[in-house]
Amino acid sequence: MIDNITYLFKDYTLKTVILGCVILGITSGILGTFAVLRKQSLLGDAISHSALPGIVIAFLLTGSRSPVILLTGALFAGWFSSLCMMLIVRYTKIKYDGALAIILSVFFGFGMVMLSIVQKLPNSRQAGLNKFLFGQAATLLREDIFTMGILAAVSLLITFALWKEFKLLSFNSEFGNIVGFPMKKLDLLLTCLIVISIVVGLQTVGVVLMSAMLIAPAAASRQWTDRLEIMAVLGGLFGALSGITGAIISSSTSKMPTGPLIVLVSFIIFLFSLLFAPKRGILKKLYYTYNNNLKIKQDIILTNLYHSETKNIDSIIQNELWVFDKKLIKIIKKMEQANLLKRHDQSLELTLTGLKRVKHILLVGDSYE
Amino acid sequence: MYNKALEVNSLTVAYHDNPVLWDINVSVPEGVLMGIVGPNGAGKSTFIKSVLGLIKPVAGSTKIYGKPYKEIRKKVAYVPQRGSVDWDFPTTVLDVVTMGLYGDLGWIKRPGKKEKETALYALDKLGMEQYKNRQISMLSGGQQQRTFLARALVQKADLYLMDEPFQGVDAFTEKIIVNLLKELKREGKTIVAVHHDLETVSEYFDWVMMLNTRCIAFGPCEDIFVGENIKKTYCNQPVYSLVTKNNFKNSYVSEERV
Ligand SMILES: Nc1ncnc2c1ncn2[C@@H]1O[C@H](COP(=O)(O)OP(=O)(O)O)[C@@H](O)[C@H]1O
Ligand SMILES: [Mg+2]
Repeated sequence: MIDNITYLFKDYTLKTVILGCVILGITSGILGTFAVLRKQSLLGDAISHSALPGIVIAFLLTGSRSPVILLTGALFAGWFSSLCMMLIVRYTKIKYDGALAIILSVFFGFGMVMLSIVQKLPNSRQAGLNKFLFGQAATLLREDIFTMGILAAVSLLITFALWKEFKLLSFNSEFGNIVGFPMKKLDLLLTCLIVISIVVGLQTVGVVLMSAMLIAPAAASRQWTDRLEIMAVLGGLFGALSGITGAIISSSTSKMPTGPLIVLVSFIIFLFSLLFAPKRGILKKLYYTYNNNLKIKQDIILTNLYHSETKNIDSIIQNELWVFDKKLIKIIKKMEQANLLKRHDQSLELTLTGLKRVKHILLVGDSYE
Repeated sequence: MYNKALEVNSLTVAYHDNPVLWDINVSVPEGVLMGIVGPNGAGKSTFIKSVLGLIKPVAGSTKIYGKPYKEIRKKVAYVPQRGSVDWDFPTTVLDVVTMGLYGDLGWIKRPGKKEKETALYALDKLGMEQYKNRQISMLSGGQQQRTFLARALVQKADLYLMDEPFQGVDAFTEKIIVNLLKELKREGKTIVAVHHDLETVSEYFDWVMMLNTRCIAFGPCEDIFVGENIKKTYCNQPVYSLVTKNNFKNSYVSEERV
């Protein structure tokens, strides 16, 4: 297994592919942090779908398949689509989500039509455009990596430099205006950077799935931390991890498509984080609720026992019937184990610990957080 | 020194074709603690945002210490409505307060030790120092409000515009905020705050602006804050609470409205 992996890393093509996937993962993970926090996940989806006609038109105009030219087309179309959405929201009564849906379907539909027209042209070189639909990491060349790397570096550098400005924009943009930053322009710039991060991944993951890479790693990292800085770094790491894992799995298993695999891995990371994260995880929340409920039930039993004259288990059960039903016996057993009460045949007795807790409840009121 | 902190001339604001503020003319002298009251949707938040240039008015002008807002921006602090941000944002109390200093820092530069100290000082003033590293979603309503106030404090302004600083806070926080407002006033600052509780208007503020799309009345509380004006301001609203609380001895609110 280890041999297999070291062998994989020596493989030149695979190294290129992995590098591409890592660049894609880091960029989308970090920029995705802002997209997720600003609740712009759908915007990413609309932009990435809208990039398709840009790619095809760039090819039709120049006849070139160089990544610089095609990705420039994608950039322009993505940017143009977000501009259209802004205009629709500002000048019509259509709401933001409606504008997103309209732009996504119109641009993507137009792109698909163009693509099928191009495929009928008597020119063999156009075949490669299909890969922008679902991505094709195996065809990544050095030139592609170079283009991706430069785009990623530029967008990450700007993000790093304007960190506090983007934080202000995401948390409270009105206040940002008050302290003197042009928030509308920053908003436009951040949207541009998100467009760039989408374009970086188009060859690898494709226009259809790319928005998942913007959302999943960032949403996963949100589960683990309460700091923006850490969230972005974790998002980048999760993205890179998805990229590497996806690339390796697809190359060691014959004919598995890389892009969808990367997205799948990132989704698994997201699912894991959703369930198992220490503070915000679902399991932790369930456990917390269960514990709290148990404590409340125990407290009810303890106080009732304290006030009860007979201390008879049946009368307690009668009293509590509306609350617990059959589980009461179980809870009482648990309380015996916790040394809160003792059981003699049919009667229950508070232990010292139990008595202390009752006094605490009755004096301090509720002791729940 | 210019003795008008805020001057608003025939300010009219509309969202689409719906006028929300109509021909507002007020001038607030320096060193005054002014409350803005009016029913929901009266345009109170819109008024504050227009003064701050966050909303472009249809007509009219505002001047702060005799100058347009853009020239005197640094002298104005803002406390937005608490509900206007997402409190689940991954950041801490100290971080939020430091945001009030971002403008002085300028582009790209990060906050350092000096900024941290300034922010801690402001937090201390609001009794919030022990929460400095707390994630903001773990704060109570009153603590959130105090965080926002601390952020406005570090702006070191002369005019403070606050949108409902007392909304949803407990008695303890209310007291802290009132004391802070009075202290700011003693330092010669001017404060304009949206307020909801009519019972405490005269106690907390010395001037009042009564707003319901139009400016119904404006001036010192003892002259202006009387039943007739209250009735006019809240004319489209049920005045139930006013009558039952029976706090306004010279209230002209007629019984049949209830
Ligand atoms: N962004 C907006 N677009 C359209 N209408 C708005 C907008 N913001 C506020 N309004 C409307 O303007 C009126 C005044 O709002 P606002 O200033 O928030 O009132 P207040 O703060 O006094 O409760 C309300 O009727 C509200 O529905
Ligand atoms: Mg308001």
